[in-house]
Amino acid sequence: MGYRNNADGITKHRSKFLFGASLNEYTGDWSTPQVVHLLKRTLFGAKIEDVNYFSTLSMSDAVDELLIETAAPTTQPLNNYNVDGYTDPTGVPAWQTWINAGIDFADSDMNQRRVDSMRCWWMGQLLNQNRSIHEKMTLFWHNHFASDAGAHTGDIPAALWYRQYLTLRSNALGNFKQLVKAITLDPAMLIFLNGNTNKKTSPNENYGRELQELYSVGKGTGSHYTEADVQNAARVLTGHTVDSSYNYYFDPAEHDDKNKSFSDFYGSTIITGRSGPGGANEVDDLLNMIFNTDESAKFICRKLYNFFVYYKITDDVEMNIITPLAQIFRNSGYDIKTVLAALFKSEHFFDLINAGACIIKSPLDLLVGLCREYAVQLPDAGDMPSNYSVWKMLTQQSNTLQQLILGIPLVAGWDAYYEAPAFHELWINSVTYTERNAYTDLLISTGDMMNMVSLVIDPILFAQKLPSPDDPVKLIDDSLNILYQVPLSDESKTYLKSSVLLSGQTNDYYWTQAWATYIANPSDTIARQTVQTRLQSLYKYLMNLPEYHLS
Amino acid sequence: MERRNFFKRVIPATAVFPSLVNGFTIKAFGATGFFEALAGAADNDHVLVLIQLTGGNDGLNTFVPISNYSDYYNLRSNIAIPSDKILKLDNYEKAGLHPAMQGMQQLYNDEKLSILYSVGYPSPNQSHFRSTDIWLTGADADQYLSTGWTGRFLSNTYANFPIGYPNATMPDPLGIQIGSVLSTGFMGPGGFTAMAVPTDADFYNLINGTLDPAPDTPMGNELTYLRTVARQTNKYADVIVTAAKKVSSQSTYPDNNELAAQLKTVARLVAGGLKTKVYMVSTGGFDTHGGQVQVGNTVSGRHSDLLKGVSDAIAAFCADLQYLGISKRVVGMTFSEFGRRIKSNGSAGTDHGTAQPVFVFGDYVKSGVLGNPPDLPSTITADDNLPMQYDFRSVYSSVLRDWFCVEPTDITTILYKNYQYLPFLKTTACTIGADELNRLGTNLIINYPNPFVNSTTISFKTMGGHTLVQVFDPTGRLVAVPVDKDYDGEGAYTITFDGQRLSSGVYYARLQNGSVQQVRAMLKVRQ
Repeated sequence: MGYRNNADGITKHRSKFLFGASLNEYTGDWSTPQVVHLLKRTLFGAKIEDVNYFSTLSMSDAVDELLIETAAPTTQPLNNYNVDGYTDPTGVPAWQTWINAGIDFADSDMNQRRVDSMRCWWMGQLLNQNRSIHEKMTLFWHNHFASDAGAHTGDIPAALWYRQYLTLRSNALGNFKQLVKAITLDPAMLIFLNGNTNKKTSPNENYGRELQELYSVGKGTGSHYTEADVQNAARVLTGHTVDSSYNYYFDPAEHDDKNKSFSDFYGSTIITGRSGPGGANEVDDLLNMIFNTDESAKFICRKLYNFFVYYKITDDVEMNIITPLAQIFRNSGYDIKTVLAALFKSEHFFDLINAGACIIKSPLDLLVGLCREYAVQLPDAGDMPSNYSVWKMLTQQSNTLQQLILGIPLVAGWDAYYEAPAFHELWINSVTYTERNAYTDLLISTGDMMNMVSLVIDPILFAQKLPSPDDPVKLIDDSLNILYQVPLSDESKTYLKSSVLLSGQTNDYYWTQAWATYIANPSDTIARQTVQTRLQSLYKYLMNLPEYHLS
Repeated sequence: MERRNFFKRVIPATAVFPSLVNGFTIKAFGATGFFEALAGAADNDHVLVLIQLTGGNDGLNTFVPISNYSDYYNLRSNIAIPSDKILKLDNYEKAGLHPAMQGMQQLYNDEKLSILYSVGYPSPNQSHFRSTDIWLTGADADQYLSTGWTGRFLSNTYANFPIGYPNATMPDPLGIQIGSVLSTGFMGPGGFTAMAVPTDADFYNLINGTLDPAPDTPMGNELTYLRTVARQTNKYADVIVTAAKKVSSQSTYPDNNELAAQLKTVARLVAGGLKTKVYMVSTGGFDTHGGQVQVGNTVSGRHSDLLKGVSDAIAAFCADLQYLGISKRVVGMTFSEFGRRIKSNGSAGTDHGTAQPVFVFGDYVKSGVLGNPPDLPSTITADDNLPMQYDFRSVYSSVLRDWFCVEPTDITTILYKNYQYLPFLKTTACTIGADELNRLGTNLIINYPNPFVNSTTISFKTMGGHTLVQVFDPTGRLVAVPVDKDYDGEGAYTITFDGQRLSSGVYYARLQNGSVQQVRAMLKVRQ
């Protein structure tokens, strides 16, 4: 079996792997497989139009363009929950935003409905993303600073999660230190990890611990912070809290203004205690100290590697990829774009032996990716009720598949991104695999439906976007180029053509003829169904195979 | 069907009937209806095997006219089968089989094969795809149906499928497609009603033919993981593997015969105890536009090889069903998307046509030929086609009625119309089998003493195969299942029924064996 580049590429790449493929800029082939690989990793799915577009750029320009930040959202989550006799108790009418209404109205039921609305809206952001990594990076940071809004409907107003989303998004491709600071002072986070009750007389170590363990230096072999470091970080952070309107503020009266001494892992740093409003600045000293370690950049680079390349970090990868990447990250002052550009332009990223389809699609990658790749028809942008129905169907399904936005069960993130040794394999078990197949079967047949709005894959629409849908050989090749990153043998492709697409017929011409008949008269139901049935059968088959779940 | 489905939904076969269902006692339906309810399609152990011949089979060279042989010869002299080579059928002189079909000739002469002339549909379509869809869905030529006829039959019989399945009543797939791509025929309103099983019934190659080996790379590592989970997730994997393992020996099948290998798997799974109702197998290559026969030797060539393959496979399958003791449970039929043109073309082949002969085989087949050799006047042109004698949906309808014992109203629900009834199956398959009854006598199940006080001896006769004795109280509650086993052959058996803990009154002992069922009233009295 061969790889798409060429047969002798295997040995070449294999030896590169063994000796450590490098971060040197990739100069090899830049054609459909490489473009699709880059897009599947950085966006949700590779749309045919996007593949065509990025194919016209150089690899380096393509990566640069993908890293361009997109404009902040112009919409806000709406009241989609005034249904079945329920009315928003703060008076927000149906299909108006609830973001600015009743933030201090403590009502767990209302909050839950708003959180659900926020989840739908976020799904809409993913579905309607532009040609930018921006939404995927925002989701990456959501996983990094993981939270479960559903468990806090009693104490965190839903609007705070919207603000956190905006904070994650506006810093997603910016400076990582600034992002950590913004999240440290983020009202939702302050309540979520008890920073709001971290006072000099009764410090709460929760955030001080997770800041180090989960958000910055981690628990890798190179991380040696101590319990005393946790306690002292908590002391630095005392006084940062939220007011009764849930806005962040610093309360000097609750701030511990004594000096804080850290372990030799942090170079025995002493953070000078300050009283009054100046006490708030100690947080900068704390972050400077943390990001002065070698480990913090390495920790984030490992997480990026896990998310975008592969979850197995061998000694080779640690030495030849993570370490130099972390150096680039530190040298740039923790500029996220710089580190991502270095990674995505590297020989290592395009080494198909290493970076070939070895990521198991997350549920969101699967669902959002398939909607985008098949160009599933979405309701008109202005038709909010219908859009929310679509977003809700997908949100519910991603929940079934164990990935609910704003519903990350543990603060460490979705276990697929941290739980060794299985990592991404945790997305797949006998239940979720069955559910994945059942849902793709549903979407390629009758479609999912909610409130009379349907979500369905139109396989003809997809085939029509391909260059030669009338030629069964090319149709299958071109479909696989988009849908599969795992290369198939010629034998398998022949099987797909004759047994699946041609349903046993031995002459390719019968497909060409059926397609031509449809094109000549697209309104003829029977002509349409004849090609539709066979395309449904083909794409159903492809989505049922394990290969489809790799990207 | 409503009532039958109602029972099937709520009552697993081996469980106790709830005495109240939706507030009505089962008695409210009347004892007759209640027992009828147990006797439908899902309750018998009949199996249908559909054999699809992909590409459009040339019917005139398959079932070759003898009574008007010269007309036949004149229209296709370059491919005509020599009259002295046509295989003769006992007591039927109007037509015979292609010389490669000795196996099916023997089946006919053994009274296990029925042949229907010119099966098709009005306004035939000569597109392979469209006509295949029509045959699989049961649609009219100008109608689009999104579900298959077998899918509708199975969904109608097993209500709510796939929700709540597998269950005790139906632990197995409703339908099985041998191969790896499910046929449209199995599409039901709620999705596919069948699963695909590879020829070798080895789940570790569930998707064989498409499995490229996983390379020794990160990608290969993850692919292997996914494949492992994919294998584990098939909820029917265990029952299939278990059924396949139960059968350690089968009779001989021809080598290098794709259809034979598929049918061998079917026989194995049926004998292994699967309750699956419909199997579909297929073999291709019948699209013989050119080189259908060897020029100058028309009994050889591509079509001859194809027909030999089909005939040998079916003959071996029937022999194996006998060997495995399950021949009474299986009926099979062949079909293609269309037949071929009457006049041959200049490439020693035939172009797409319309009506075609259909073969139905099995122990319960009423052996014979339905219809007549088509008229073949010399005025026929290259574009002319055989007129249809039977609508293919009449064949489906008759199979549903006489083999799966589906009530006429349900058949109309499944096929959307009333179709002509075609008597190619013995009607005894569904009624209390008159011939078996005559052979075994009328008292298939009796008990003595009757009335009884504490226990009574139930004597029953079985034809062999699966035999069930159930005891119901007058409300229809199942109180005991004294017998639920397979017997190797015909015989009479006795068991002691202990009714000590039952209150006094009438009880019904019901025997079910193959298509036969009989109920005996037993009276329990106080001492």
